[in-house]
Amino acid sequence: MKLLRLKPGHGEILLAEGDVKVAEQEQELIEAFRRELDAGMWAAVPIETQGGRREAELVRSFAEVPRDAERVIFFPRAAGGAPRMAR
Amino acid sequence: MPLALGTAAIVLVALLCELTRPRLTDAWGRLRLPRPARARELSEIGYDPGRERRAEQRARALLRSCIDDGDWEMYRDLGFLRVWGGIGPRAGAKTPEHAADQEGDRSGEEPTAGAPGRAPTGAGSDAGARAAGARYAYLIYPHRPIVAFLPETGALLNEYCVAFPDHSRPYGSSRLPDSDDVLAKWMALTADERGLIANANMHLPGRQIEPERVRRDLLRLARWERERPGHQADNVRAA
Repeated sequence: MKLLRLKPGHGEILLAEGDVKVAEQEQELIEAFRRELDAGMWAAVPIETQGGRREAELVRSFAEVPRDAERVIFFPRAAGGAPRMAR
Repeated sequence: MPLALGTAAIVLVALLCELTRPRLTDAWGRLRLPRPARARELSEIGYDPGRERRAEQRARALLRSCIDDGDWEMYRDLGFLRVWGGIGPRAGAKTPEHAADQEGDRSGEEPTAGAPGRAPTGAGSDAGARAAGARYAYLIYPHRPIVAFLPETGALLNEYCVAFPDHSRPYGSSRLPDSDDVLAKWMALTADERGLIANANMHLPGRQIEPERVRRDLLRLARWERERPGHQADNVRAA
């Protein structure tokens, strides 16, 4: 499983990577996960539905992440409003 | 003669000092900043187009790996993404007719009620949304509001202004690369449509994006879909 974070000026960065079946690596993933949530990030897991559609699922704790998920993507929390753009 | 030359030299030196003083003061001020603050300031100054381009390339690759192939092609070719609305039929809290009602009432109550959560309230893409009878959809533009519209009539419903500012400003900017912004909107919309819409600032169409431009984009989308092999162009009939 990879924990990725979207970052301005960079694209995604790899925060942590490990096998959830290995206790030590899982612990590292959990710690990295918590750090990002504490920093105010949202976490989403890209999934594929049974019908083959791709969508995402927001997760609020590591326990909610499907065990077979390949990636968890962190991104800044949504805020209302965007800078006014020139027309 | 020597007196005149000496006076001229003094005046010249004074003028030079006066001219260079702002720069020297600025440089001295920067030198006195603590190291992290200095680095931050330098990064703010140093916009690097190459870095931004590389970031955008990474973001596009990630977006492509997350969304459906057809959606990726749509974004690649047209520069925006259409996501079907999913609140009505799937959540049961609001019927599609409610969304259709918004056409008449342009003050447009947003499809918001409810808090962010993991309920299956997400918006979606083509096949499933059609099967579920989605009657409204969104256009996702990078760093622009999300536009809700009725595919049946082409009527624009609302603009939802939403941003994902990274307050750590790693390279002096809080803006994600374009494709990361689209990905963040797509993830939030498909995972928790209600939550995202509730967080957004809702405006009538035309606040930030010209309605004419959106209509043109719907036309482009219709044409693009018609030209795709095996595609039924029934989604944007009005356009």
